[in-house]
Amino acid sequence: MKEFLGTTGLILNEPLLWEKGKKGRCGFSLPRRDVESFPINDDILGEGPDFPDLSEMDVVRHYTRLSQWNFGVDTGMYPLGSCTMKYSPKTNERQAGLQGFTGAHPLLPASLSQGVLKMMFELEQYLSEISGMDATTLQPAAGAHGEFTGILLIYAFHKSKGVQRSKLIVPDTAHGTNPASIALCGYRPVPVTSNEQGILSVEAIAEVMDEDTAGIMVTNPNTLGLFEENGRKIAEIVHAKGGLVYCDGANMNAMMGVVKMGHIGVDIMHLNLHKTFSTPHGGGGPGSGPVCVKKPLEPFLPIPRVVEQKGRYVLAEHYPESIGKIAAFHGNVGVMIKAYSYIRSMGPKKLKKASQLAVLNANYIKEKLKGVLHLPYDRRCMHECVFSDEYQRAKKVTTLDMAKGLMDFGFHPPTVYFPLVVHGAIMIEPTETESKEDIDQFIEAFKAIVDEASTDPDVLHEAPKNCKVRRLDETTAARKPCLAG
Amino acid sequence: MPYLPHTREDMASMLKTVGVDNLDHLFSTIPEDCRFNGDLNLPEPLTEWELNDHMAALAHSVGVSPEYKVFMGAGSYEHFVPASISYLLSRSEFVTSYTPYQPEMSQGTLQAIYEYQTLAARLVGMEIATASHYDGATALAESLLMAVRVTKRRRVAISSLIHPLYRRVIQTYFEPTGCEVEELGYLENGVTDVAALDEMDDLAAVAVQSPNFFGCIENLQAIGKKVHEKEALFVVSFTEALAYGLLKNPGSQDADIVCGEGQSLGIPRSFGGPGLGILASHKKYMRSLPGRLVGQTTDLEGKRGFVLTLATREQHIRREKATSNICTNNSLCALAAAMYMASVGGSGIRELARLNYDRAEYLKHELEGAGCKVSFDSPTFNEFVVEFPTGFAATYERLLEKRIVAGLPLARYYPELANHCLLCVTETRSKDDMDALVREVAS
Repeated sequence: MKEFLGTTGLILNEPLLWEKGKKGRCGFSLPRRDVESFPINDDILGEGPDFPDLSEMDVVRHYTRLSQWNFGVDTGMYPLGSCTMKYSPKTNERQAGLQGFTGAHPLLPASLSQGVLKMMFELEQYLSEISGMDATTLQPAAGAHGEFTGILLIYAFHKSKGVQRSKLIVPDTAHGTNPASIALCGYRPVPVTSNEQGILSVEAIAEVMDEDTAGIMVTNPNTLGLFEENGRKIAEIVHAKGGLVYCDGANMNAMMGVVKMGHIGVDIMHLNLHKTFSTPHGGGGPGSGPVCVKKPLEPFLPIPRVVEQKGRYVLAEHYPESIGKIAAFHGNVGVMIKAYSYIRSMGPKKLKKASQLAVLNANYIKEKLKGVLHLPYDRRCMHECVFSDEYQRAKKVTTLDMAKGLMDFGFHPPTVYFPLVVHGAIMIEPTETESKEDIDQFIEAFKAIVDEASTDPDVLHEAPKNCKVRRLDETTAARKPCLAG
Repeated sequence: MPYLPHTREDMASMLKTVGVDNLDHLFSTIPEDCRFNGDLNLPEPLTEWELNDHMAALAHSVGVSPEYKVFMGAGSYEHFVPASISYLLSRSEFVTSYTPYQPEMSQGTLQAIYEYQTLAARLVGMEIATASHYDGATALAESLLMAVRVTKRRRVAISSLIHPLYRRVIQTYFEPTGCEVEELGYLENGVTDVAALDEMDDLAAVAVQSPNFFGCIENLQAIGKKVHEKEALFVVSFTEALAYGLLKNPGSQDADIVCGEGQSLGIPRSFGGPGLGILASHKKYMRSLPGRLVGQTTDLEGKRGFVLTLATREQHIRREKATSNICTNNSLCALAAAMYMASVGGSGIRELARLNYDRAEYLKHELEGAGCKVSFDSPTFNEFVVEFPTGFAATYERLLEKRIVAGLPLARYYPELANHCLLCVTETRSKDDMDALVREVAS
């Protein structure tokens, strides 16, 4: 019998933090007291928080055990579509951990922060080059924060023209964050459906674009993993009516050195450093979502801007048209350092190679699985491919069942039930850092699951069996929420 | 290149499966006029060892501890972080996982965030806290937007002693909403002047920061009473989370939403980010909260487990009707804070906060003794404003050469406070460091 990755092992139980410990313990070496105690007014004195008292060993075992209930890219393949779960190089962690970076106060005088300002200045230039844009801000803290920034820029642009517009076009294949970001800025999203090939048609956009529409927000490659082939023509239509083109760059991992979005009519785009540029996802953040723009949008970028003056770097504030600030300080600098290290380690040719291999891996999986899983759009994909559970429905096996089944085989499931345009979607993004052997194992595991679906579907209905917990009751969690202990 | 595993043979065999001749042909569906055919204009690759030298040179030019003694807080604080936390936080099962969409495989992150939510709520004295936000400024902006949603009113009042950069963020977030943002002035003793509230109607929220930007502790109970008379929500913000180890927490002073920056709880400053946006409130506002939430539940066999919950508030379900566009939290930073709160513990945090208070008081008194004027006489925590003699700018520069950063000059943010500096002392500034500063200022 073939040996798969997934197996059972000893999993240790671990209570909640406040179910352990004893009053009087401390896991912290308290600093020496070298000054006397000063009086403090009773009116302001509180009782102190009700935290458990734990020893250092209590804390270390607690989190070590918890970590073992988790699965990361370092554990195994994590083909979560649209999330680009590529390997996060360890040297980047080392660089970001240098005391000169971690210890830096954000309001230090420029004379004491040249190194970190230089890093930021250069990273902005690299990202502008990769995206084909003219200027970049690093301030947004995440992809959705970048989207919000981008829409604020569109808002400021139209305001400066003297006439605000009320709508923005969002295709049905957009990330859920897109319409939510638009609503934050007071625009009404105008939905547009993609055509039978899974992409936007020129006609569909021409029909809705008018002079009350601020622009369009497209994801390219889109969430079906397909390149928006009509992008350039769509941009012309939007521009002709005075609108702007925003590109959600979440899927840029397919495009480095292949397509420069700034050259095909995009005016604004955000990048996800935690996707394309290898910074780790951290269980859901911190990320970083820089925004790159064309020249006419530059005056509106958030302040401060990093500028070079005669070989020295300063933070400049004087941009009267700027949208202002979108984070307290300069963005997630700790994350930027890792992306900077990555770009410096890869260089121009290997970045392009990374995109090529990401696309190769996705197309390879598409070809290998398309016989056993339904492939709604059988076309060349980019960095990800989208299947559905259509072939398995007869046996009452769903996408969710197959996703849970993959866990028992030792793989993180793909993104499921997204994009919404595919019923029961299974969205697989392997990234370039998975080797052929690892991908072959994944394919074998998926084929075994498809076999189970027809021979013994209850195995999948009951999956997973090898994880810390079985399927969880999410309905009760939402009906009777328990958010704190 | 160690991160690209494909051999020549792998590529050839995979390309054959896909049915194309070479890597470039993978992109043949992209119209020719969309493709970029040149080489990216980026520096050539560095080896790992060259990168080490390059990054070390950049990092070396930055003024940090222990070479520099930085007496600057203003929303970013230097605190000791035990090695155990950095070590645990580097465990790759935490670092290289993503948002826990698949709970059976993410119980580590989920339990840890549930514990964070609990400890954060206890710290600020509220019933519930979210799974975290980007930073204190965005947590505050989101809190005010939440108050607008809850009360259906379109006007908020904020103290001018909220961190000036946080106020800039609020302006940016509110600009396209059409809601009004009023500012409240401050009194001679360095706390918010709430008298103007009498003239303001239809307020969704009133926000103050405590300790405020000048380090002064606001009389939250009195302000809260006034805010509630106006039937507005009372939002309390903070930048120095450690203060609540010693001071009355905002929950006990009738706050409705408490939000702020948790960087002090075991997170390095990293030039201002990533930080940790803490946002806490009452259970009754649970369904109006922005951002992720983790809840407790059970599995098929009745075992305790944790899941992301109340997703119907969120963008991926509600799209444009969501409570926020937030997709992620700052999970790893929340994890660091939970580890920190667990390590310091209930007894430890009180002692540590008291030491912070005492050291700051020591410097305050020594500076007064050296002829400086402490500008505001309200009680403070960790930070306080000092008025230096005219011409202090030259002294400030001289101190920089001696590797002492003598606080944050305030004139840039409060033009009326020329020659005033906001000084900060935490447990990381020893008596010797403080004595050296006083000596230099006096000389």
